[in-house]
Amino acid sequence: MLKVNVYVTLKKEILDAQGLVIKKAIKQIGFDNVNEVRFGKFIQIEINDNNKSEEEIKKEIDYLSDKLLANPNIENYKYEIVRN
Amino acid sequence: MLKGRKPYFGILVFPGTNCEMDCYYVLNNLLKVNCKYIWHQETKDDDINAIIIPGGFSYGDYLRSGAIAKFSPVMSFVRDFAQNGGLVIGICNGFQILLEENLLPGAMLRNNTLKFICKYVNLKVEDADNPFTSNYNKGEIIKMPIRHNEGNYYIDENGLKKLKENNQILLRYCDENGNVNTDANPNGSVENIAGICNESRNVFGLMPHPEASCEKILGSDDGLNIFKSMIDFISKF
Amino acid sequence: MFDVEKEYKKLGLKYNEFLKIQEYLGRMPNYLELSIYSVMWSEHCSYKSSKALLKNFKTTGEYVLQGPGENAGVLDIGDNQAIVFKMESHNHPSAVEPYQGAATGIGGIIRDIFAMGARPICSLNSLRFGKLDEDEHQKYLFEMVVKGIGDYGNCMGIPTAGGEVYFDETYKGNCLVNAMSVGIVQKDKLIKSRAFGAGNYVVLIGSSTGRDGIHGATFASDELNEESESRRPSVQVGDPFMEKVVLEVCLELIDKNLILGLQDMGAAGITSSSVEMASKGNVGLDIDVAMVPLREASMLPYEIMISESQERMLALVEPSKLPEVKTICNKWNINCERIGIVNDSGLYRIFKGPELLGEIPVKSLTDGAPVYHHKFEKPKYFDDVCNFSLSEDDYLSLLNKYTYNEIFKKVISSPNICSKKWVWEQYDHMVQTNTVLLPGHDSAVIRVKDTKKAIAFSCDGNGRYCYLDPYKGAIIAVAETARNLACCGAVPMGLTDCLNFGTPEKPGIFWQFKNSIDGIIKACEVLEIPVISGNVSFYNESFGKAIYPTPIIGTAGLIKDVSNLIGMNFKDEEDIVILIGNDNDFKCSENDGMGGSEFMELFFNKVAGKCPDIDLSYEKTLDKLCVELINNGLVKSAHDVSTGGIAVTIAESCISGNIGAQINIDEKEKNLLKALYNENQSRIVISANKRNLKAIKNKCEGSQIAYLEIGTVGGKNFNINNKINIEINEIISLYNNTIEKIMSK
Repeated sequence: MLKVNVYVTLKKEILDAQGLVIKKAIKQIGFDNVNEVRFGKFIQIEINDNNKSEEEIKKEIDYLSDKLLANPNIENYKYEIVRN
Repeated sequence: MLKGRKPYFGILVFPGTNCEMDCYYVLNNLLKVNCKYIWHQETKDDDINAIIIPGGFSYGDYLRSGAIAKFSPVMSFVRDFAQNGGLVIGICNGFQILLEENLLPGAMLRNNTLKFICKYVNLKVEDADNPFTSNYNKGEIIKMPIRHNEGNYYIDENGLKKLKENNQILLRYCDENGNVNTDANPNGSVENIAGICNESRNVFGLMPHPEASCEKILGSDDGLNIFKSMIDFISKF
Repeated sequence: MFDVEKEYKKLGLKYNEFLKIQEYLGRMPNYLELSIYSVMWSEHCSYKSSKALLKNFKTTGEYVLQGPGENAGVLDIGDNQAIVFKMESHNHPSAVEPYQGAATGIGGIIRDIFAMGARPICSLNSLRFGKLDEDEHQKYLFEMVVKGIGDYGNCMGIPTAGGEVYFDETYKGNCLVNAMSVGIVQKDKLIKSRAFGAGNYVVLIGSSTGRDGIHGATFASDELNEESESRRPSVQVGDPFMEKVVLEVCLELIDKNLILGLQDMGAAGITSSSVEMASKGNVGLDIDVAMVPLREASMLPYEIMISESQERMLALVEPSKLPEVKTICNKWNINCERIGIVNDSGLYRIFKGPELLGEIPVKSLTDGAPVYHHKFEKPKYFDDVCNFSLSEDDYLSLLNKYTYNEIFKKVISSPNICSKKWVWEQYDHMVQTNTVLLPGHDSAVIRVKDTKKAIAFSCDGNGRYCYLDPYKGAIIAVAETARNLACCGAVPMGLTDCLNFGTPEKPGIFWQFKNSIDGIIKACEVLEIPVISGNVSFYNESFGKAIYPTPIIGTAGLIKDVSNLIGMNFKDEEDIVILIGNDNDFKCSENDGMGGSEFMELFFNKVAGKCPDIDLSYEKTLDKLCVELINNGLVKSAHDVSTGGIAVTIAESCISGNIGAQINIDEKEKNLLKALYNENQSRIVISANKRNLKAIKNKCEGSQIAYLEIGTVGGKNFNINNKINIEINEIISLYNNTIEKIMSK
């Protein structure tokens, strides 16, 4: 069994209103050295790998991310595969 | 191929859709045209000649608004129907689904207020040369409610250029005098865009709710002409 | 083996209750049985402290189809239609986790409504927080509660069309979140929760069961303290999408006559819902915990039995209908499991597969629950605070500090007075396209499609008045809702109440409770409004200090012809402004109506004095007269005088109409500040075209209701005796933007 952690964030050029609010709050708490905050989604998927190759799994996760987990018009994604 | 017929509207229902009955009421009770619900598991329907994707929270709007609904079996039917020139209107969550499905260009972001907004807004009819707003005059100012979390329409510069070149922007948020400016923009959408159509002008998405503004007693009947425009288009040769 | 002597205390049971359990069972209970007793006998489920008093409510009347005792009360609105409604509190969960606490509160009350077979058509809520300005935590609570209510109700597609919010220091450690839901149903589709017919199945529909909300019912029946924060797991998490699906499934099952009974699963989960069904039907029930769909396989039987996982319903199904029920649940892709079966032994038996885990007589859990008659005693504070009144010098010194304009601006921008637009713009208040009066008016008005009818709802309750006089304060709460309805042309049909109090074991608190109940009983009797449902919330204390006694009343009224609806907004230039009703404030009555007023709190930082007086039969006549004036088309606007006094009432009519007014108030016998800001009851400000004045005056005289012309609608200024003179645009901006400004700070 393995776990895939997928991170989805808004593309750089897109205004991240939630990120801005969080940044403001962080500064209010007193942390002045904050440059940028990006808000995003974290999706954890457990897969039975059935001896699939890393390549195959990546292909599947890419497909899933493009089709469902992220909207390529506005969002980027990245992921990590964690083997137990 | 779908013209010159008696109008027959199909209203899609996904789990979480919640404006289907409001649309049905307008079509059936107020405008007296045929309509029926179409469950999201259906894959075809031979009766209808217009599709409404109503508002609501399909699949709870979990992940992203409209992101899960686009995988419903009915959506391949919608795609074929649109490609064959059939009229498709997506209202609010329906607009979001059409964007996710890429039947319309662009994407929806969270309102820049980060809050759900429910209120009446003024809209400027930017184009009347299409099956959805032909009963209005170009430049007319109309009043409809918006009710959404994610109506902050986004499109990149190239996409926006194309929208403008092809007169695909049908509705913009404006003030009561018709000024399209930042103060009149409720959610941060690009250039105050409230509704757009596709290039072939048979698929229309809008964030305001025309079905909720069809009777004076509710505060406005300005939305009625959206449905009347569609009915006229279908009925006439 | 567990140490039963230790455990019963931990579960919140008292020693005498523990003895009583042994008596009912004839033996020591095991842990599962003890848990079941503890939740069923919690204050929240058993009403053991309030039951004896609640019995005295008038619960029948012209419109009543179902009084208290079911998931919600039912009123007949004619044309084979009925409305179903109830109000409930979710105070403690909201104080600890405001977003989920409020959201699940909404979810719970909505389930009560569709458990009766009704489609929910409107939600309202009454909220109380500490003062916002000085306190980030109160802002956080307010923001998250509103968001929780909005996110849940919006997703469900149910308009949140009315309600009220007040801010007072008394609620600082214990906010109030009271939610009311209303549904509509064809009379012949009404369904009840009674279980009957040995061999019939009990079927769980909806979400799977997790460890959330274990011992929530006992949590709700306790005071908040430092420990509460660490007991967060007791708070449940809501899934509005699931609830929307469960709603559609249940209505489809009822529509197709596939189920015999339906019960919402709220506090104490499977236990309380199934026991209540069995008890109402005088039958026994076998529950098999092995059949319950779980989120975590390792859950223990007692956890399964008392879990408060949300979005679950229990249906009574004839065995032959089960396949069809399953088909519909499959279509909507939700769980549907037979978890129990009706028996005729009168015993509640819990199994895990073939293994019997517990056995309890059903009635011992319900009718056999303890009933307490707590001691009551007039609390010490009472005489002191009531004997206070502002002196003429107090008023003069205020006028030395501020002008009339400044005083008015401060009043109109008080968070307790100003527009709650910031709140209701976050609620979808228009979905279902029946909201014919937008929020901000005296009542929420929902039309009934395909008829001329509309239903109006009003929620109200003034904790300050009840603190100064729980009896009169409760009467005023009922009267205020009736008057709000009258201003929309509606005749009251029935009410629901949500009674928020401190710890009932304290004699002073119980005195407040008892007096409030007596007040409601009296008001209901004279105004002829039966109580059809309700909820009691005790232990609203933090660090030993109780909130003001806060009974909230939610009343429903019938509008026969919605085309007569007028609203509170002034309409046209040169219309005449008239005050009808109690004219005491223009005379020198003994009670000056300043006690507990917003004015006194704002400028003197005091909640003291005498609660305003009210004459209920006069109120009734006034309300009837107002409805008659509206139905005869004689008036163009109507708005009742309440918090903030008549200056605020008139200003609100100007603001909503976006038009000014010139008002002249006779100051001869009284100082103008008192005249403007007293909160005397039974007053309505109307506006009318000149040509109707004579007819209105005649009708007032006929009803022996005072009639006083006080000014003219028109212009761009709000002007009272030339002492207050402000441009209406400025007032609108103060009124509309105050809360938004505070919240964005």
